[in-house]
Amino acid sequence: MSRKQMTSAATAAASLLLAGGLAFAAGQYGPGASDAEIKLGNTMPYSGPASAYGAIGKAEVAYFNMINEQGGVNGRRINFITRDDGYSPPKTVELVRKMVEEDQVLALFNTLGTPPNTAIQAYANDNKVPQLFVATGADKWNDPKNHPWTIGWQPSYRIEARIYGRYILKNLPNAKIAVLYQNDDFGKDYLIGLREALGPKADTMIVATKTYETTDPTVDSQIVSLQGSGADTLLTAAVPKFAAQAIRKVFDIGWKPTHFLTNVSVSVGAVMKPAGPEKGVGFISAGYLKEPTDPQWANTPEYKEWLDWMKKYNSAGSLTDSNNVYGYSAAQTMVAVLKASGDNLTRENLMKQAAGIHDLKLPMLLPGIVISTSETDFAPIKQMQLMKFDGSTWQLFGEVISGSGS
Amino acid sequence: MEKSSAAIVPDTPSAERYGAMTVGTWRWIGTWRWIGTLALIAFAIALPFTLSNYHVFELTLVMIYAIAVLGLNILTGYNGQISLGHGGFFAAGAYTAAILMHRYGVPYWATLPPAGLICFVLGVLFGLPALRFDGPYLALVTLAMALATPQLLKYFDTWTGGQQGINLAKPMPPAGLGLDRDRWLYLIALVALLIAIRVAANMLNGRTGRAWVAIRDHPIAAAAMGIDTARYKTLAFGTSTLFTGVAGALSAIAIGYVSPESYSLFLSVSFLVGSAVGGIATIGGAIVGGFFIQFVPNLANDISDAAPWAIYGLAMLLCMYTMPHGVVGSIRSWLTRLAERTTVRHAAGGRSDQNDEGWTS
Amino acid sequence: MHEFWQQVFSGLAAGSVYASVALALVMIYRSTDLVNFAQGEMAMFSTYIAWTLVNAGMPFWGAFAITLIVSFVGGMVIERVVIRPVENAPVLAAVVVTIGLLLIFNSVAGWIYTYTVQDFPSPFPDRPLFHALITTRDLGVIAVTLIMLVLLFLFFRFTSTGLAMRAAAQNPASARLCGIRVGRMLAIGWGLAAAIGATAGIMVAPVLFLDPNMMGGVLLYAFAGALLGGITSPVGAVVGGLIVGVTENLVGTYLIASQLKLTVALALIILVLVFRPNGLFGTAIVRRV
Repeated sequence: MSRKQMTSAATAAASLLLAGGLAFAAGQYGPGASDAEIKLGNTMPYSGPASAYGAIGKAEVAYFNMINEQGGVNGRRINFITRDDGYSPPKTVELVRKMVEEDQVLALFNTLGTPPNTAIQAYANDNKVPQLFVATGADKWNDPKNHPWTIGWQPSYRIEARIYGRYILKNLPNAKIAVLYQNDDFGKDYLIGLREALGPKADTMIVATKTYETTDPTVDSQIVSLQGSGADTLLTAAVPKFAAQAIRKVFDIGWKPTHFLTNVSVSVGAVMKPAGPEKGVGFISAGYLKEPTDPQWANTPEYKEWLDWMKKYNSAGSLTDSNNVYGYSAAQTMVAVLKASGDNLTRENLMKQAAGIHDLKLPMLLPGIVISTSETDFAPIKQMQLMKFDGSTWQLFGEVISGSGS
Repeated sequence: MEKSSAAIVPDTPSAERYGAMTVGTWRWIGTWRWIGTLALIAFAIALPFTLSNYHVFELTLVMIYAIAVLGLNILTGYNGQISLGHGGFFAAGAYTAAILMHRYGVPYWATLPPAGLICFVLGVLFGLPALRFDGPYLALVTLAMALATPQLLKYFDTWTGGQQGINLAKPMPPAGLGLDRDRWLYLIALVALLIAIRVAANMLNGRTGRAWVAIRDHPIAAAAMGIDTARYKTLAFGTSTLFTGVAGALSAIAIGYVSPESYSLFLSVSFLVGSAVGGIATIGGAIVGGFFIQFVPNLANDISDAAPWAIYGLAMLLCMYTMPHGVVGSIRSWLTRLAERTTVRHAAGGRSDQNDEGWTS
Repeated sequence: MHEFWQQVFSGLAAGSVYASVALALVMIYRSTDLVNFAQGEMAMFSTYIAWTLVNAGMPFWGAFAITLIVSFVGGMVIERVVIRPVENAPVLAAVVVTIGLLLIFNSVAGWIYTYTVQDFPSPFPDRPLFHALITTRDLGVIAVTLIMLVLLFLFFRFTSTGLAMRAAAQNPASARLCGIRVGRMLAIGWGLAAAIGATAGIMVAPVLFLDPNMMGGVLLYAFAGALLGGITSPVGAVVGGLIVGVTENLVGTYLIASQLKLTVALALIILVLVFRPNGLFGTAIVRRV
C-alpha cells in the first residue's frame, strides 16, 4: 500500500472506532448542523403560573452567547431557539413541531415540564429527534429501551424523596409525617418516593397529606390542617412561592416540626429570606448544585467564574436565584456533548454521545457529584447530598448519596 | 344605567331587517355568496397540498378552534348567555375521545359522536341551573366550570390518567389515498367544520335560531309570546357544548395527548376572545376567531420576545376599538348599510342624494 | 376545636384580601356597569410601584401614599383612554378589553420586574395572638379592609361627589341634565377602584409574596365573593369575600378529598346563588319589557 492509502486506511479505521461504523467525512451533518452553526430547540414557560422557571431558559441563552463569543463549539456557533409554551402541552407540541419541521433543529434541549415533555416524547422518538436533558425530575425519562431518544438530567424527585425517607427511618423512626404537595406530577412524585422509602411503615408513619393548586392564593389552610393531625415531621413539596408561604405559616401557628424541603425551593434569596431566615433553622433538604448564596462557595474560583458570567451575560438574572445555576450547568452539559460529537453532528451521534458521558464534573455541581450516562442508564445525575439550614446558609452534611434507579 | 346581558349584541341584523331590504340587492349579494363559498371550500381542500406539514397542522388547529368558537357563538352571541367555561366542555370532549380510544380501543372517527353526545348532555345539565343566572353571575357559574375541570381531571385519575395524561396514537389515513397523517387529519377537521357550519346555519336561520335571538333581545316579550324560554335556553347550552365537545375530541386526536394542564382557564378566555374578535353573533366569525387564537400569540412572540402577551392584549384592544362587533360583525354591518342605501335610492325614485341622513344603522 | 377556630381566623384573614379586591370590583361595576377583569393585575402593578419606592429607600407609609395617588390617577387615565372607546359598544367588547388589559399588565410586570418572587415589607409587626389563632398582621389587613369600607360608605353617603357618582351610575341621562359631568364621575370611579386595589395589593404582598402572578388566584375568589355578596353592594363585597375565605379554608380542612377543595368551594357558592340569584345583598335588576 502507498503511504497515502495507508493514511486513509488508518483514518478510516480510527473513525470507525470513534463513530462506530459510520463512514468518515469532513463534517457529517444532520438537520440544523453545518460548518457554521448548530441549531438547538427549546420550550420554556416564560408566561403563566410556571413562569418563574423561565429564568432557566434565559440563563441558557446567556451561556450559549458566552460560548459563541468565545468561538463556539469546535468553531461552530450555537443557534439556540427558545419559545414560550406557557406550560401548556398542546402549545409545546405545536412549537416543537415548528422547531423540528420548519426551523430544522438538530436536537431539543432542556424542554421544561413533565406534561409538556410527555406530550412531545412520542413525536421526538418517532421522528428520531434527540430530546436531550429534559428539565423535569420525573422518573420516566430514564427509559432507554422504549424511548431511546429521550434523556433526563436532574436527579428525579422520587430519588430525592427516597433520600428523605431513608433519613427519617434511620434518625426519626417514630416520626409522624405530614406532607404538603403541589397537586401535579411534581408534588405527587415526592409522596410516592417517600412511601417507597418507608416501605411497609408508610401507612403508619404518614399521618396526613394535603395538596394545593398553583391557582390557590395561599396554603395557610392546608398548613393549619396538617398541624391538626398531630404530625411532628413535615415534607413540603412546593414551588418557591408556596414554600415561602408554608414556612411563614408554620412559624405563625407555633408549629415546630422537623421540616424537609424540596430541593426546588431551597433558594435562600427566593424562599428563605422572604419567609424569614430565622424561621428556617433546622430545615433539611438535599441538593446537587451549589447554592449561589451559600458563603462557603463565595471565594472559590468556580463561583467567581459563575458570577462573572452572570454579570457579563445574564445581568438581568437574579444572583440569588438558583435557576441561574441550573441553566448554567445544564448548558455546560449540552456543550460537553456537542464537543464530544466533534464534526459528526448527526442526531444519531449526538444521542450516542449523550448516552456515553463518563464522570463529567461541572463547576457548579456539589463536590463529589458527577454526570454519567450509559446505554442502559439515562439518568445523568443520580447523586445528592443532604443539607441543613442554619439561619443563613445550607450546611452540607453526610456523604454524597447515590439514589437507586426507579 | 341599566344594561342587561342581552345588550351583548344590540344591533345585529335580525329577521325584520333582512325582510326590509329589497330582494334585488340581497339576491345580488346572495349569488356572490354561493360562488364565494364554493370557491372557498375548493381552496380549502387544495390548500394542504401546497403547504408544509407544520402549516397543515396549524390550519387543522385553526379549524378545530373555529368549531369550538362556533359553539360559543351560538350560546353567547345568538342566545345571549355568556360563558367563561367552554374550555371545560372542550376538555370533556377531548377526554371522552381519549378514554374511548385508550381504554376501549374505539377507532378515532367513532369517538366524535359520543363526545358530542356526552357534551350535549353535560351542557343541558349545566344549562338548567344556569337559567337562574344572568350577566356576571352566569359568568361566575361558567367560570367555576373552567376552574373545576383541571381539578376533577386530576382527581379521577383511574379514568383520566391523572396528571400523567393520556397519550394517543395518531390516526393513520386509509391506505391507497396517498395522504399522510397531517393531511388526513386536516381533511377530517375540514369536513367536521363544514358540517358544523351547515348544522349551525340551519338551526340559526330556522325557528330555533329565531327563538334564541328573541330570547336574547327581548326575553320577557318572548316569554309573553309563548316561547318556552327555559327549553330554548337549555337547548342553546346543549347545542353549544356539543359543538365545543366535538372540537375537543378532534383536538385530542390531532395533538395526540391530553392532560389536565392542557385545559386551563386561559383556554376558556381564548375562546371568548376569539368569539368577540370574529363576531359573536356570526358563523363566519368563528373561523376568524380560530385564526386569531392560533396565530396572534405566535405573531406576538415574534414581535416582542420580552412581553409577547402584552402585544396580544394590545391586539385585542385594537380589534375591539375598531371593530366592536368583531370582524364579520363589522363586515355584516357595512353590507347592511350598503344594502339599505341601495334600498333608499330605489324607493326614492333613483335620486341618490335624498334621505340618507334619516337612516341610522 | 382549636383547629376549627384557627381555620376560621385564617379564612377571615385571607377573606379580607378577597374582600378588598371585591370592593374594587363592585366599585367599578356600580360606576361603569362592567366587571373589570384586570383589577387584580392593576393591583399587582401598583404593588410593584410601591415595592420600587420602598427599595429606593422611601419609608413604608410614604411609599404607600404615593402609590395610592399614582394608582388613582392611573385608574382615571385607564378609564378615559382604554375603556371610554368601548363604553357604548357591546358589553362583550368591553369585557375583552379588560381581559386585554389584564394580559398587558401581567406581561409588562413580568418584563420589568421578572418572575422571581420578591420580598415585601409589612407595616404591621408579625406577632401571633390569642394562642396563635391569628397574627397582628392578619388583624391589620382585616382592619384596613373595614376602614376602606367605612370610608367608601361615608364618601358615597355624605359627600357631594359621592352623591353625583351614584346619580351618574343610576341614570346618566338625568344626571347630565342636572349638570353632573358623567364622564368625570366614571373616571373617578375607576380611580377609586384602582386605589382600593393598590391598598389590597400592598396589604397582601407580605403574605402572598410579590410576583406578577400574585393576584391571579385572588381575583377569582374576589370575583366569587363580590357576586356572592351582590355585585352592586359594597357591604356585600366585603361579606362575600370573608365568607369565601372562610368557606375555602373549612372545605379544605374537612373535606376528605381535599384535592377537590376549589371545586367544592365554588359549588357551595353557586348553591347559595341558586337561592339568591342576585347575591346576598344585591338588588334585582328590574327590566322593562
